[in-house]
Amino acid sequence: MQVQSPLLETRNLKKFFTTPSGRIHAVDDISLRINKGKTLGVVGESGCGKSTLGRTVLRLLEPDSGEIFFEGENILHIHKSEARKKLRDMQIIFQDPYASLNPRMTISDIILEPMKINRFLPTTKDLDDRVNELMQIVGLAPRLYNAYPHELDGGRRQRVGVARALSLTPKFIVCDEPVSALDVSIQAQILNLMMDLQDKLDLTYLFITHNLSVVKHISDEIMVMYLGQCIEWTISDELFRNPLHPYTKALLDAIPIPHLREPGFKRKSIKGELTSPIDPPPGCRFAVRCPYATEACSGKDIPLREVETNHKVACVLFDK
Amino acid sequence: MKIHNLKVVYSADGQIVHAINNISLNMKKGETLGLVGETGAGKTTLALTLLKLLPKQNGRILEGSILFQGHDLIQATEADMRLIRGSQISMIFQDPMSSLNPVLTVGEQIAEAIKLHMDLPKDQVEKRVEDMLQLVGIMASRKNDYPHQFSGGMKQRVVIAIALACEPDLLLADEPTTALDVTIQAQILDMMQELKDKIQTSILLITHDLGIVAEFCDKVAIMYAGEIVEYGTAKDIYEGTFNHPYTEGLFGSIPNIYSTTERLNPIEGLMPDPTNLPSGCKFHPRCPKCMDICQSEQPLFYRNQEHAIQCHFYAHREVREE
Repeated sequence: MQVQSPLLETRNLKKFFTTPSGRIHAVDDISLRINKGKTLGVVGESGCGKSTLGRTVLRLLEPDSGEIFFEGENILHIHKSEARKKLRDMQIIFQDPYASLNPRMTISDIILEPMKINRFLPTTKDLDDRVNELMQIVGLAPRLYNAYPHELDGGRRQRVGVARALSLTPKFIVCDEPVSALDVSIQAQILNLMMDLQDKLDLTYLFITHNLSVVKHISDEIMVMYLGQCIEWTISDELFRNPLHPYTKALLDAIPIPHLREPGFKRKSIKGELTSPIDPPPGCRFAVRCPYATEACSGKDIPLREVETNHKVACVLFDK
Repeated sequence: MKIHNLKVVYSADGQIVHAINNISLNMKKGETLGLVGETGAGKTTLALTLLKLLPKQNGRILEGSILFQGHDLIQATEADMRLIRGSQISMIFQDPMSSLNPVLTVGEQIAEAIKLHMDLPKDQVEKRVEDMLQLVGIMASRKNDYPHQFSGGMKQRVVIAIALACEPDLLLADEPTTALDVTIQAQILDMMQELKDKIQTSILLITHDLGIVAEFCDKVAIMYAGEIVEYGTAKDIYEGTFNHPYTEGLFGSIPNIYSTTERLNPIEGLMPDPTNLPSGCKFHPRCPKCMDICQSEQPLFYRNQEHAIQCHFYAHREVREE
């Protein structure tokens, strides 16, 4: 990997939620870095903390501890008004295009709102031009300018979400399951759009999804999360060619692929379900479902270690 | 089960929604048929029609027949249907969170189906409830628990137990794993596969996921805008030389995890508005192979053995497997 200062970096980021029955370890000690113009994919099942991670990175949720550096500056330590300026460069696209657009605002108002709030352009004319430009960039017909969200289908709504995220010319976008709510043919259209925009505008993505085929398609590097922790991190192709962590292997094995299998094919599915994220005991959180679990897996936390070049994994199987 | 020329419409705000247009479909005993299509293709409407569960105010079966074991379900009375539902044909709904009753224990809910359709003494009913739970991989001792005490995957197992309690001849599974995580989905699919071999039920699996169909189904029907545009064995659909352009588009939209493609090849455009379907072939406005005739004339099915494609493109070609 070339030595380059990352656009975004987090160090030991933690976010816990306190509930009557204990603390939920939603994001537990995540250190990540993304270089400019690249995409980091975050994969995991529901409840593994991937959305919380995306929101914490943007300070939509305040982390409990840890640090976040954006362009080398710690955005947790700067003054609020200063932070606000910085956060313009960091935007988010939400999962559900049906819930993330205000039904009482027109498409143009929705795209305009972030620019209004941030006094992004001086005149109404400029703003108006910018809205039209954005609609064109994401492929929305000009006639939809005064339309309301309910008049649009899911794919177009998600295009509005993309246009809104782009309005302040951000450098970094958190994409929180942007295509999960869409049909496959529409999903492919949006994925193509996002990849084109990345090339054109030199964007950096943190791409959160549970869909492994999508994440492979769009990411340069992939981080696999399980119950708040990062358990494997490597280059996209490497993860699919050579998955190391037993959980990653199980995930890859579980995807139904659109090809006919050999007759008599038997999948090795893992038993059990996600255990509780409330005050988990130290040790590997996957151990109870893991076919290779030994005594060494419990008792102490398993650190993420680089076992091969550019391939990190948190598993005792790779202790030397 | 034989469906012939089925036509179903909904009326909404004075407009007619053409949900199902002339569908004919045959299912043999013990067969698993995958029904694939995108949102709004009419997949769920078809399943509801088979059970005659269409909303009474606005859903109507215009014409056609549904022959199930020799009887036409369209002519059947509501009382007849009640005897059939749950015993001969049963259904698994998409969302296990909302298809169970939260104030009854799971044991009571399984017992309900058994009591309605099987004439068994009380202790036998209890025995059967326990057997069903074990069959779907839940400890029999949990029969007195309520749905909220189960996780999503476990709830879907309970729903499957209810659906199978009376050993139906036909099981309609409407996106049974869509609401679940992949590892849990894999568990449920494995279990359904085992059960299928064990109890010889025919299954109509409704899904938008071509991957699930590849693993699970013998026959595949591709649905678009209320029509079946392609039908064939799994081999015809996945490995055949000829496919409907829509089927090709669906495959082109899925990112493949075993190969690297720079760009996906999605189908341009959107699903047509079901109140105002295009003339001719319903797919023509989005079709890369669209010809003049497609815009005016409804295509016929071109067949090769069991493989059928509804497309003008194959009119002068022999649809033959290599």
